[in-house]
Amino acid sequence: MLQITDLHAAIDNKPILLGLNLTVNAGEVHAIMGPNASGKSTLSHVLAGKDGYEVTQGSIVYKGQNLLELPTEERARQGIFLAMQYPVELPGVNNMVFLRESLNAIRRARGESDIDAVAFLRLVKEKARLVHLDEKLLKRSVNTGFSGGEKKRNEILQMALLEPALAILDETDSGLDIDALRVVAEGVNALRSPQRAMIVVTHYQRLLDYIEPDYVHVLANGKIIRSGTKQLARELEEKGYGWITGGAAA
Amino acid sequence: MSVLPQDIEKIINSSYEHGFVTDIDADTVPAGLDEAVIRLISSKKQEPQWMLDYRLKAFAHWQTLTGPVWAHLNIAPIDYQAISYYSAPKSKADGPKSLDEIDPQLLETYKKLGIPLEEQKALAGIAVDAVFDSVSVATTFRTKLHEAGVIFCSMSEAIREYPELVQQHLGSVVPYKDNFFACLNAAVFTDGTFVYIPEGVRCPMELSTYFRINEAKTGQFERTLIVAEKGSYVSYLEGCTAPMRDENQLHAAVVELIAMEDAQIKYSTVQNWYPGDTHGRGGIYNFVTKRGDCRGDRSRISWTQVETGSAITWKYPSCILRGNDSTGEFYSVAVTRGKQQADTGTKMIHLGRNTKSTIVSKGISAGEGQNTYRGLVRMSPRAENARNHTQCDSLLIGDQCGAHTFPYIEVRNPSADVEHEATTSKISEDQLFYCRQRGLSEEDAVSMIVNGFCKEVFNQLPMEFAVEAQKLLSVTLEGAVG
Repeated sequence: MLQITDLHAAIDNKPILLGLNLTVNAGEVHAIMGPNASGKSTLSHVLAGKDGYEVTQGSIVYKGQNLLELPTEERARQGIFLAMQYPVELPGVNNMVFLRESLNAIRRARGESDIDAVAFLRLVKEKARLVHLDEKLLKRSVNTGFSGGEKKRNEILQMALLEPALAILDETDSGLDIDALRVVAEGVNALRSPQRAMIVVTHYQRLLDYIEPDYVHVLANGKIIRSGTKQLARELEEKGYGWITGGAAA
Repeated sequence: MSVLPQDIEKIINSSYEHGFVTDIDADTVPAGLDEAVIRLISSKKQEPQWMLDYRLKAFAHWQTLTGPVWAHLNIAPIDYQAISYYSAPKSKADGPKSLDEIDPQLLETYKKLGIPLEEQKALAGIAVDAVFDSVSVATTFRTKLHEAGVIFCSMSEAIREYPELVQQHLGSVVPYKDNFFACLNAAVFTDGTFVYIPEGVRCPMELSTYFRINEAKTGQFERTLIVAEKGSYVSYLEGCTAPMRDENQLHAAVVELIAMEDAQIKYSTVQNWYPGDTHGRGGIYNFVTKRGDCRGDRSRISWTQVETGSAITWKYPSCILRGNDSTGEFYSVAVTRGKQQADTGTKMIHLGRNTKSTIVSKGISAGEGQNTYRGLVRMSPRAENARNHTQCDSLLIGDQCGAHTFPYIEVRNPSADVEHEATTSKISEDQLFYCRQRGLSEEDAVSMIVNGFCKEVFNQLPMEFAVEAQKLLSVTLEGAVG
């Protein structure tokens, strides 16, 4: 589904990714771990097509096409979803309206018709239950005044609704207490399917107790320096990143 | 950085939708202003002597005045002698009796503007008094309103047919000495709308007027007077567009509202005058004095405005809360883009006891637009327990625009309660990225964020108008994004 080959990317002329390789197939869950400033968020943003990043070398092929040629919204419409580390607030934009517009944009891209109001209401309520999101939050402005945990659950709700082919979770565990973490992880696990791939980006092993990855990759200094199974994550937790990077532990 | 500079480019380059010029013979007075011109206007309109006297008094006073300079606006000097003060479509001379007699081109113009002139469209519940340049050419639904006792006609007609009502109220809220532009208007106003709602009557439909400046180099000086007697209710909609012209055109209107005991007036405006080209050439100078007098106890006046056009807007729809327990409201969305400038806001003058006012102002600036909120809340000594709540929000799109807020608060009664909240925000790249990552185009994202920002004001508009306002906003910010 996704092949990243020798990816070099920079922001403000500062090189961050320095030859990253990664292949992700449908049905797989990959965890990307790494110390701070190793390029984890850069990878997420480059995949989603955020402005400001410059790809200087290498390629990303998604479903057989050159991903780097597609604008952000087109990538979203073709099934790439990024659960953000810091979901932004959209004051005045009703959450339900936002969710419906978003779903319809993606349905249209799939050649489907807009969802009717009743079906949408039923669907969104069902998905909200899945992530234990208070229905009241659906009527509020997007993320506005939401707690950290509510914002993250709102992200997973969107993911459940949009049914992406490739979901990227960027430090979804950051700022979550253990209960919220469990709820979010349950939501994510419910979405695991043979058709869907996931990339879980995290600093800590903790999240991987709940979302079990098929593969674990360690990202440091802009490259994947080690790949393994979830056992690798455990070892990292015990020994720290310094164990592999050879430098000071992050 | 990435999207925003292009956005602004696009905003600037998107063309004005209503920029067509209607080609009809017009009866235009040569440029210039002196007593003779005022006498000519008055005689062309077959006005009574008292009206002419009023105009001449105003003109004499106007000559002693100079234009205001306190607004946060950059205005090129205006040559008042270079403007023609009267223009009427020629066919008016014979006086059209029905729609069939009206110049088909005129009707075509209205059709392009989407004005529901045809009776079947008017059946939707909107009665239209269309002002084309200076003369009101068509009035629909007069009969039905007449049955309810409502008077809804052009100001010229009102002066001829209801002189005592006009004489009693005209200038009683905005006296001719009020300010430079109001004084000019009093001297040279050519037409406008008169509405009278008798005691206890709830106006059976929304009243609506479209103004349109067509003739090149003509100023439009319309005069609107709405009187709502005891216990009556009226909702009035005003929509404005103007064709594209190179030179600046002057628009100096006066609107007076009078609400007696328990009466309610809702006045909504969607203003989309030509804003000028990318270099700031042309466009309407919109200098308008709008004021409502809550004369009776428990009366209520609401102003709702959506201002997206004009090169320069200078406008402060205000309420004088004279009656005890009266209420004044001001809901505003003002958009400036390109080189547009707006200095707009309101005045809430609390005179009576337990008077209440609400101000919600939303300013949106894009391109090199400058947007200023200027508001006055005055609690006079006998305004016991008066309350005001002001909320003033600015939204910036791009980094070359400006938002300014000048709130004036004067409290002379210790029991008064005044609240002021203000925010300034920017549509951030992160917000746009977030929306796009969810499959929305940039254009839809901006439109969604802007509409969300304006929601409180749009909620105040009558249904059809709210939809129109939303569309207008989308059109205005169209190309705001790639």
